[in-house]
Amino acid sequence: MTVVGAEATGHLPGVLEATLRARRDAGHKLLVPYLTGGMDDQWLVTLEALAGSGADAIEVGLPFSDPMIDGATIQEASLRALQRGTTPDGILADLSRVDVGVPIVVMTYYNLIYRAGHARIAGLMSESGVSGAIVPDLPLEEVDQWAEAADRAGVATVLLVAPSTPQARIGAICDRSRGFVYAVGRMGVTGEQEVLADSARLVAGWVSSSTDLPVCVGIGVSTPEQAVEVCGVADGVVVGSALVRRLLEGDGPEGAAAFISSLRVALDAG
Amino acid sequence: MTAEPTPASSIMGDPGPTGRFGGFGGRFVPESLVPACMELEVAFRSAWADPAFHTELDGILHHYGGRPTPVTECARLSEELGVRVLLKREDLAHTGSHKINNVIGQSLLARRMGKTRLIAETGAGQHGVATATAAALFGMECVVYMGEVDTRRQELNVFRMELLGAEVRPISSGSRTLKDAVNEALREWVASVGVTHYCLGSVMGPHPYPWMVREFQRVIGEEARDQCRAILDGSDPDVVVACAGGGSNAAGIFAGFADATSSRLVGVEAAGGAALTGGIPGILHGMHSALIQDEAGQILEASSISAGLDYPGIGPEHAHLAELGRAHYVSADDEEVLEAFQLLARTEGIIPALESAHAIAWVAAAAGRSELVRGSTVLVNLSGRGDKDVAQVRDLLRGRA
Repeated sequence: MTVVGAEATGHLPGVLEATLRARRDAGHKLLVPYLTGGMDDQWLVTLEALAGSGADAIEVGLPFSDPMIDGATIQEASLRALQRGTTPDGILADLSRVDVGVPIVVMTYYNLIYRAGHARIAGLMSESGVSGAIVPDLPLEEVDQWAEAADRAGVATVLLVAPSTPQARIGAICDRSRGFVYAVGRMGVTGEQEVLADSARLVAGWVSSSTDLPVCVGIGVSTPEQAVEVCGVADGVVVGSALVRRLLEGDGPEGAAAFISSLRVALDAG
Repeated sequence: MTAEPTPASSIMGDPGPTGRFGGFGGRFVPESLVPACMELEVAFRSAWADPAFHTELDGILHHYGGRPTPVTECARLSEELGVRVLLKREDLAHTGSHKINNVIGQSLLARRMGKTRLIAETGAGQHGVATATAAALFGMECVVYMGEVDTRRQELNVFRMELLGAEVRPISSGSRTLKDAVNEALREWVASVGVTHYCLGSVMGPHPYPWMVREFQRVIGEEARDQCRAILDGSDPDVVVACAGGGSNAAGIFAGFADATSSRLVGVEAAGGAALTGGIPGILHGMHSALIQDEAGQILEASSISAGLDYPGIGPEHAHLAELGRAHYVSADDEEVLEAFQLLARTEGIIPALESAHAIAWVAAAAGRSELVRGSTVLVNLSGRGDKDVAQVRDLLRGRA
């Protein structure tokens, strides 16, 4: 493919960015489900089901004991995963044994990365086929040490822009972000919302006008209607708690696939 | 990489714009909170450089908070231990602990920033009570997050906070203690940052909190240094000791001695929550510091007799002071603490908080050994009074009778 935007961002796109750009440029809205790694004994089956029902990339959470940006649903999934003995290395080893055909982005907290060692875990991610990482407690000022190790390993560090981010800061965050830019839809922790916050459209608009990278909105996007609504401004959505809640309630891989399909159909219908 | 820390002109100085104490500290929070932390830093720097802010703060701490607190010489305890023991009496400050120093400072700052609502985490309840008190004094709304385990063992403090007009929200996630209360307060702060100030209770969390809270607690050490010199004919105590959970009372008293004296500084952790004596570096609650954690980096649950020290981390400046060798960190176990609690009550007529009893426990254990030789002088920061702990200690002692 042509390297669109390489001059703007000053780097060569990796698998994550290239895949998402290609989908976007072909006129599709991007659908990125989130799944907590190791939350039950079927999570790898669920992962394949998500890939098969229209996901463009999948976010896999490496569970942490103190998930401070997560609400009750993902806290519960993280707790279940940890009680099953889930470790970052174990999840990456599991991921290395499957190829679901779409990019995998891990989401975790910085202490797990710091403890494992930047270069070591970046290398493990890369070997496991992981193409990106979201580390929400590493803001722009603290990200360099990790991001440089990730860059060397070919893992894209996705940065976040929040509704509270001052305009002057948005450009700098977009410049350092790789893969896509994660626009935080509302001021709050992860969790389902009955209505889409006004801030979701606002922040998506600011980010889209600051970067050529794909822009996905997450946190507070729970339904097909909300996904369609925010994609009027954004390139795509990350849907986490609404999916994880269904899995916690026992919907299983089929239920997860049905939910993601409903989002896919709605986004494709626009 | 982030910029080099601003060279500090003193050991316990300004950690600069990146909030670094050596390699520790920083601001490891989600983007949603970064602007609020930056705004707070700007506001604190401006207030701290403003003589009018100091005048108002000092006035309230004096007329309302009861400062300066005295330094008490312990004749009978000194005789029993063979070392000269002085106590800095933060137990006599309003609300019964040093926590009032910090919350009056932060509440004034919050008001200056136009915030109308305070949220806080609490372990033993002392910081929660202090925050509820300041909220009542300034007419602000107040919500306190407290682990469910702690709401049970510190029931009286829950009622005190409610009397003061605060809402106490019990936290049933994780270990249901202080660490989880901090997680929940941070989550709530993300959702309400426009009108809400997070009144963090210790020298921990993201920049500027570790530095700001130490500066608000510095008054303990500044007062104590002068008071000791008056008692000790111009000289300084050989050793200054304080308990350390997050480490705010220790940071406050150390700040008066780290640069100005050659007194040996000792921080006493709870054996069941010993971040510096038993942990390794990591990142939690916005800071890079010492933490107790497993091989994968999952944070372990602290467990001690004192709710206020049930925390798996410690403020980043303590990690730095330990690395420099300027302060030394040790631990005391629950048994030693119970003994010390009774020892101070019996010999001096002072019932200490279980947290503060950790410092007494170290003095009792170290007296006569090389760390605290016979005839030396030790200043103990008696960070709080023990009324809140009396029922718990009664049950523990009866249980073994």
